[in-house]
Amino acid sequence: MSGSNTATEVANVIPDRIKSRLEQSLKSWESLLMLVAIAIFIANSFASPYFLNAWNLSDATFNFTEKAYIAFALALLIIAGEIDLSVAAIIALASTAMGAAVQAGAGTPVLVLVGLGTGLLCGAFNGLLVTRLGLPSIVATIGTMSLFRGISYIILGDQAYRGYPADFAFFGQGYVFWVISFEFVLFVLLAIVYSILLHKTNFGRAVYAIGNNPTGALFSGIRVARVKFILFLLTGLMAGVAAICLTSRLGSTRPSIATGWELEIVTMVVLGGVNILGGSGTLPGVVIAAFVMGLVTFGLGLLNVPGIVMSIVIGALLIGVIALPRLWSKWKHR
Amino acid sequence: MHATTTQSNSHQVPVLSLHGITKIFPGVKALDDVKLNLYPGEVTALVGENGAGKSTVVKILTGIYQPDGGTIYVDGTATHLPTAQAAAAMGITAIHQETVLFDELSVAENIFLGHAPRGVFGLIDRSAMVRKAAEILKSIGAEIDPAQRLRDLGIANKHLVAIARALSTDARVVIMDEPTAALSHKEIQELYELVEKLKAQNKAILFISHKFDEIFHIADRFTVYRDGQFVADGRVDEINEGELVKMMVGRNVNQIFPTRVPNIGKDVLEVDNMSHPTEFAGISFTLRRGEILGFYGLVGAGRSEFMQSLFGITHAATGTIKIDGEPITIRSSADATQAGIVYVPEDRGTQGAITALPIFQNITLPSLKQTSKNGFIRLAEEFALAREYTQRLDLRAASLDTLTGNLSGGNQQKVVIAKWLATQPKVIILDEPTKGIDIGSKAAVHEFMAELAAQGLAVIMVSSEIPEIIGMSDRVIVMREGRRVAEISRSELTPETLVRHAAGI
Repeated sequence: MSGSNTATEVANVIPDRIKSRLEQSLKSWESLLMLVAIAIFIANSFASPYFLNAWNLSDATFNFTEKAYIAFALALLIIAGEIDLSVAAIIALASTAMGAAVQAGAGTPVLVLVGLGTGLLCGAFNGLLVTRLGLPSIVATIGTMSLFRGISYIILGDQAYRGYPADFAFFGQGYVFWVISFEFVLFVLLAIVYSILLHKTNFGRAVYAIGNNPTGALFSGIRVARVKFILFLLTGLMAGVAAICLTSRLGSTRPSIATGWELEIVTMVVLGGVNILGGSGTLPGVVIAAFVMGLVTFGLGLLNVPGIVMSIVIGALLIGVIALPRLWSKWKHR
Repeated sequence: MHATTTQSNSHQVPVLSLHGITKIFPGVKALDDVKLNLYPGEVTALVGENGAGKSTVVKILTGIYQPDGGTIYVDGTATHLPTAQAAAAMGITAIHQETVLFDELSVAENIFLGHAPRGVFGLIDRSAMVRKAAEILKSIGAEIDPAQRLRDLGIANKHLVAIARALSTDARVVIMDEPTAALSHKEIQELYELVEKLKAQNKAILFISHKFDEIFHIADRFTVYRDGQFVADGRVDEINEGELVKMMVGRNVNQIFPTRVPNIGKDVLEVDNMSHPTEFAGISFTLRRGEILGFYGLVGAGRSEFMQSLFGITHAATGTIKIDGEPITIRSSADATQAGIVYVPEDRGTQGAITALPIFQNITLPSLKQTSKNGFIRLAEEFALAREYTQRLDLRAASLDTLTGNLSGGNQQKVVIAKWLATQPKVIILDEPTKGIDIGSKAAVHEFMAELAAQGLAVIMVSSEIPEIIGMSDRVIVMREGRRVAEISRSELTPETLVRHAAGI
């Protein structure tokens, strides 16, 4: 940058990077979050003698795995500048659809297809409302949130679907190896898949471009509407996956299933360093945030903190999380 | 030094007078030592091309911009106008094309918003407000009930309310910035009558318009600016249209354009009868390899809208487009890019570059298919492509992962052009490619454009700057009100013909 060289004589070679990638990642939000996770882990192990037990830790993962599946896809959607608040309602509808399929005598493979299919359909509906009709996604998905769960209530009322086949229980209750549950394995797999999708593919690059400047992305030949539609589909699909695991774990379906999850999932995404206004954030950040939230709720549970206090803690976490990145960036730019 | 300055009316003292006003923006002298005199009871037309400095003058007069040099005299006293309120207090008011009005408020409330007459306890004195509003409306001959809600009025009456609002501050100087742009013929006649009424009230009026018939119909005096400099002023009845056009466009000797021997090849792009429901109609032309085709017109002539529809952004257009003789369908910017048509927009900040992303990611965004494998990013290839094209354009930046928003306007423009060249297009459309960038970068962009054409690229250049159009184009299409009104070959290209066709005189 210094004008010491006679610019026109020398061939103008611009270096690729100035800061190394290691230096950039060490100063990141994810590093800070990792420290928070470790601190909570240590605090928990002091707070309760039962915490450092392999089976207890394994149990703790169920606090966040299902929510995290959705958070991965939602993170991409939020980075692209949109949001889906209907995800918990999609779980309810997908679970209800699976329950109805059980009544009709469906076996486990069909149940899985019904769960995933319902999620995809709901995602497609949200996607069409936003990309075709041009509705703001926050409004459209608040609407579908009531719509999807409302359908569940109409079908089930105060009843519940039970009688899921025995082998269906594997998704939510099965273990792949020792204390490693199927849900945790799926969590790791999806974390890797979504990390690659966001950080290593052209699709992920388009997501960032759209989130930063949708007009600029459009004027760069990006198919903005198509990318957004795919993101809504993925979010719906992940809600379907979560519905399968949660229904399998609980063994029954009530229309109130997963009530309030959308806020916890959004909290998870934002805690992971994703800008709620779009444009920035990383998938590893969301993975760490999932652990942080799981550890907090599990630690409070071990201490016999009642559920209502837990929701206060989650609420405080959400506000803290929105405020912290701002304080953090002020600190970083000093 | 100045061409024509009439000495008549020396007995009359200008209400408002600018002396040696200079305004500098980073890299651009928007106004350079200009003068302007406004006399009571007279209409002065301020005339000039786009970019001549007219709107900068309006902003200085209304206290929005501060001049970097020179003096403003009101009634012969040197004055500062540090804020819009100060300008209003001096009795200077402007009627813009789109004055902000409030649909849910009454006519009287709109007129007096922010300076309503006060009664006891500082509360708004409603009856006084309605009475005064009625007086003002009557003085401009508007038959509008001040108690009516604004949303119930038609466009023309809303415009009158905007004018009444401008006059409600006891204005002595009224600035009308392209007041007829959105009006029908009948409404324009009513506006003329209004201007006559204002003259009768001894107000000094500054009238800014592109339309020559209006200037000769309504104005008493004229002042001409060109490229931010004062050219001439005088009385309208002492000149004719031809003289005025000459003053407006007089060749600018400061700008040097690359000398080029056009090497024009076969047809690349054929556009036939492109029409849009509201923006443009019946546009046809052919573009050849190695050719620079200029598109000239006034602001609002539909050039950008047409180009954006060619690039797949604006839908709903009908007509046929052929590339290398093959008919193609363009439904999105991705389709256009694939067909080899790319567009460098006028609005760099929001449409051209994604400022929050690094340089290399901006450049590779439309070319990700080339630099990736099966959809997976290959960073080394990306950097290689970005390096190649930033070198070709001589970009100045600290590193390729610098955020694009941290670059100067000229360098951002280079990033946008590099982005499109990396896709190896057949047709590149440059919309006002040198608007708002410094003289040095301007010359670099012009030179580069010539180089691209020499290499066989077909170039469309939309520009409102006459020297640029004349200096760069092999052929020029002039648009007016969404239609193609003329095609001028290089040998017949003169500033006068361009302006005549663009203004429709």
